[in-house]
Amino acid sequence: MTAGRLPVRKTYKLFVGGAFPRSESGRSYPVRSADGEQVLAWVAQGSRKDLRDAVRAARGAQAGWAGRTAYNRGQVLYRVAEVLEGRAAQLAAEVAAAGAADPEGEVATAIDRWVWYAGWADKVQMVAGTRNPVAGPFWNVSAPEATGVVGVVAPEVPSLLGLVTRLAPALAAGNAVVALSSERWPLAAATLGEVLATSDVPAGVVNVVSGRTAELLPWLAGHRDVDALDLTGAPIGLWADAARAAAPSTKRVVPPALDDRWLDDDEQSPADVLATMEIKTVWHPAGT
Amino acid sequence: MLAEIEHPDPGPTRLAVGGPVAADGPRSVDGRVLRVPAVDAVGLEERAAALGGRSVKREAKLGALSLLIRCIDLTTLEGADTPGRVQGMCAKARRPEPADRTVPPVAAVCVYPSLVPVAREALVGSGVKVASVAGAFPSGQSELSVRLADISSAVAAGADEIDIVLNRGAFLAGDHRRAFDEVVLAREACGPAHLKVILETGELGTYDQVRKASTLAMAAGADFIKTSTGKVPSAATLPMALCMAEAIRDFADQTGRQVGLKAAGGVRTAKQGWQYLVVIQEVLGPAWLTPDLFRVGASGLLNDVLLQLRFQASGHYARPDDVSTD
Amino acid sequence: MPGELAEPTGVLAGVDPADGGFAYAPSRESTDLVAIQDRYGLWIGGEEVEALSGRTITTTNPATEEPLAEVAEAGPEDVDLAVAAARRAYEDGWRDLPGRERAKVLYRVARQLQERARELAVLETLDGGKPIKESRDIDVPLAAAHFFHHAGWADKLEWAFANRTPSPLGVVGQVIPWNFPLLMAAWKLAPALATGNTVVLKPAETTPLTALLLAEVLAEAEVPPGVVNIVTGGGATGASLVSHPGLDKVAFTGSTTVGRQIQESLAGTRTRLTLELGGKAANIVYEDAAVDQAVEGVVNGIFFNQGHVCCAGSRLLVQESVAELFLDKLRRRIATLRVGDPLDKNTDVGAINSAEQLGRITSLVEAGVEEGGERWQPACALPEKGWWFPPTVFTGVSQSSRIAREEVFGPVLAVLTFRTPEEAVAKANNTPYGLSAGVWSEKGSKVLWTAERLQAGVVWANTFNKLDPTSPFGGYKESGFGREGGLHGLASYVSLGRR
Repeated sequence: MTAGRLPVRKTYKLFVGGAFPRSESGRSYPVRSADGEQVLAWVAQGSRKDLRDAVRAARGAQAGWAGRTAYNRGQVLYRVAEVLEGRAAQLAAEVAAAGAADPEGEVATAIDRWVWYAGWADKVQMVAGTRNPVAGPFWNVSAPEATGVVGVVAPEVPSLLGLVTRLAPALAAGNAVVALSSERWPLAAATLGEVLATSDVPAGVVNVVSGRTAELLPWLAGHRDVDALDLTGAPIGLWADAARAAAPSTKRVVPPALDDRWLDDDEQSPADVLATMEIKTVWHPAGT
Repeated sequence: MLAEIEHPDPGPTRLAVGGPVAADGPRSVDGRVLRVPAVDAVGLEERAAALGGRSVKREAKLGALSLLIRCIDLTTLEGADTPGRVQGMCAKARRPEPADRTVPPVAAVCVYPSLVPVAREALVGSGVKVASVAGAFPSGQSELSVRLADISSAVAAGADEIDIVLNRGAFLAGDHRRAFDEVVLAREACGPAHLKVILETGELGTYDQVRKASTLAMAAGADFIKTSTGKVPSAATLPMALCMAEAIRDFADQTGRQVGLKAAGGVRTAKQGWQYLVVIQEVLGPAWLTPDLFRVGASGLLNDVLLQLRFQASGHYARPDDVSTD
Repeated sequence: MPGELAEPTGVLAGVDPADGGFAYAPSRESTDLVAIQDRYGLWIGGEEVEALSGRTITTTNPATEEPLAEVAEAGPEDVDLAVAAARRAYEDGWRDLPGRERAKVLYRVARQLQERARELAVLETLDGGKPIKESRDIDVPLAAAHFFHHAGWADKLEWAFANRTPSPLGVVGQVIPWNFPLLMAAWKLAPALATGNTVVLKPAETTPLTALLLAEVLAEAEVPPGVVNIVTGGGATGASLVSHPGLDKVAFTGSTTVGRQIQESLAGTRTRLTLELGGKAANIVYEDAAVDQAVEGVVNGIFFNQGHVCCAGSRLLVQESVAELFLDKLRRRIATLRVGDPLDKNTDVGAINSAEQLGRITSLVEAGVEEGGERWQPACALPEKGWWFPPTVFTGVSQSSRIAREEVFGPVLAVLTFRTPEEAVAKANNTPYGLSAGVWSEKGSKVLWTAERLQAGVVWANTFNKLDPTSPFGGYKESGFGREGGLHGLASYVSLGRR
């Protein structure tokens, strides 16, 4: 740092509809370093209305995202990894402040995982699609397609890799996502939002809302225009209520993970892409 | 289905048969475009199978068998046909079951033109019509003037009904106009006789073509449209008849003219016979269940119907030799 | 005796010689094959047992309102016993039985269902009111096909899931509806058993008899005791089953209302859940459709099984340019439907399953009239006894009216029109449901464009209401989640471990 120069601090805001608004509630909350010594930043504390706006943005963007070719979606997601790589140092600093044991390693894994899932965009239909030999003169084909708008709850840690692990497969599937970032350490998630905004991901396809998970999750779970709720990273204590709130709209709910294996590459699976996809089966007669 | 689009030149013989691209159909005499919707083969066959599965029992079966007899065109179309054979068949046509006067005569006897005078004489006073194939049956591959002369001479010899083939060569080559015009001329050549136009569905390849050919023949003046000559391996099938019945229904809706349906070739059993009646009844309605609007061209069918009737009367299965083979 | 031959037999005497059609004579399927017990217990641990609850329900023939049998109503204590029996059977052998042995057991079931097909069909029609031609040609053959198809999976599961090792979940609770009683039982049981689970199945309150006959078939096939347990009863029995803590998985087919309750009751548990719920499918007819087959598809879509079909095409969306012509043809076709005695082989539309369901249909139809829809019904004489509802078509329906939005689950079609493909898709998707949809056009690219955009688990293009064990079935949105049938259906019954 040049002697005597005051650094420009970053304001960590929400990422909704491609923009970076503060919370409509006007609230923010201090994020402290892992040792509790230092306030790293004040971060926007999202409200139910911010969440509502995020869902609206996601719904508006989803059909266009899913409607792109899988090849294009794959490229756009790969582009995200390229931009992430350029921000690796900043992200490492942010996850380090969140107490990550191996910040560079976490960021590297996150980028590699993003690349891995980007590649699934144009392959998941191939491994999960079938042509079904029905007993009659029909063509019958089943293939997965995006379920729509997915709510993702990121785990507290790893603050970047956890979010990436659930976000990337949902996007590769063609969904739009409203993510609740790590409550204690939302910095890397906010930066990921900036990465997404400067990649080619269309506005609204990813929305990141920081704030109090316990306050926001019931609204996300109960929102009727959210098709699936990924609680893999959610605190066990919030699970039952969230799942109950999801029931009236018969959301697909992915339960909290049984164990904490975020760093383990073996946990990557196309099943995580399929978790937020619907199988559509189309019949057509074959005749002259 | 095709949109109905008025054509700028509505002459009755000006013809462009519709397909998914040329959104124009054959015209009725008053110049209206006739609908020729596409046909989905799987759906059509499914519906035909469902109709073929109707259970016809007891009184319904007797009614159907009676009606079937009255709708039969008892047919012989062999190179070896002789006056003697035709006379025998005419006797059978007048009194299919000599021992039972409640069994009615058939609708018509169908022969080659040269045997029309024989049949005419043998059927005097019976009410049984004389039908003759004509127009270079069964291929139709003769010069038009020859075919028309064939028709005229059969009518002159006393035929009440003329069965001709559609010019499949022209139709399949895409010359719908020619196929249409030839039917118009055949209709004129028939004079007072009824004209049945044979589509030879087995040669048309698809139900779409059958539907198109049906409407074309009706628009050109056919009194009946008929499935087959009986001279090619693939003859009448229930789905083909269904396809044609649907064309007849739409034609009647659009023009008010009722055209008959004749199933020919391959209809050998009483059960097959009443399956056609079911198709007619449920698609065209009971008004079509009359010899004026429905015929079955067959030779063996009559005897199977008679055997069925014997079973109904006696409660015992009959042997084939219980009925005469003429 | 020569005189006898000469005598006219007069076989056609008295047969109406007039032209103009013949009426189908009654053609009733015989019920001789079916022996219905006066009373049925529960099927637990491989035998018929009395319910501890001491309560019974009466199952009735909806076509005659005559009671058919008294059937035990399982209470919570009975459900406990059934779940315990399933757990024992799971741990004591079924789980560890080699796949090829499980396969052979299930093949036997398929064969035995074919062997007793007519008996099952007649019983299904007696208990549920559906036309015999449907139970005979669709329900029972498809039930056998489900067992046959899944039998072959039992020893091939390691090939079904890329890079994952499947293992059974354990004890599965299954609750099925009254519209396809045997077929739904087969549809649920076959994949569960093929993957090595054991089951407690609850048939619907109004249609328990074919499931109980299926229990007999399973025993004949030597499915080990406790592998399948059948607890009969109503909603309360179902509730005690799906909330039973001894279950590893719940599979439910029924109403969205009940599905939501089940999802809620399982919230925060590791019990797996699949739901196959209601629907309000749109059947889109474009102006370039093969019109006569489209008419058939629409008729089949809504009047198959009296419209008691979750995937029924209950909304007709017809392009405005051909609406009048299409409706004309549709009405004429509907007028030929034969409504009445379900046992008659010529019946197209049978009895409404229960008085309760008839009431629901009637009230929604009344709502449709009140909302200004134009109701059309063909002239058809309905039997005096039994529960019946004539085929009904509503035109002049707005997208917001109740009959366009709510699942009627009866022979009632709501007709709406559209002008462009975009509008058709928007209207089709404008529902909380997403189970099935239909599209009719002879233009391939438009069919595919539409199918891509329809939010529905099953899209029938130029056909409708086709089902097959190899074809996954299940919905988007509030029609539930998870698939049944096909490769995708298997996934609902296994846990996938790392290789």
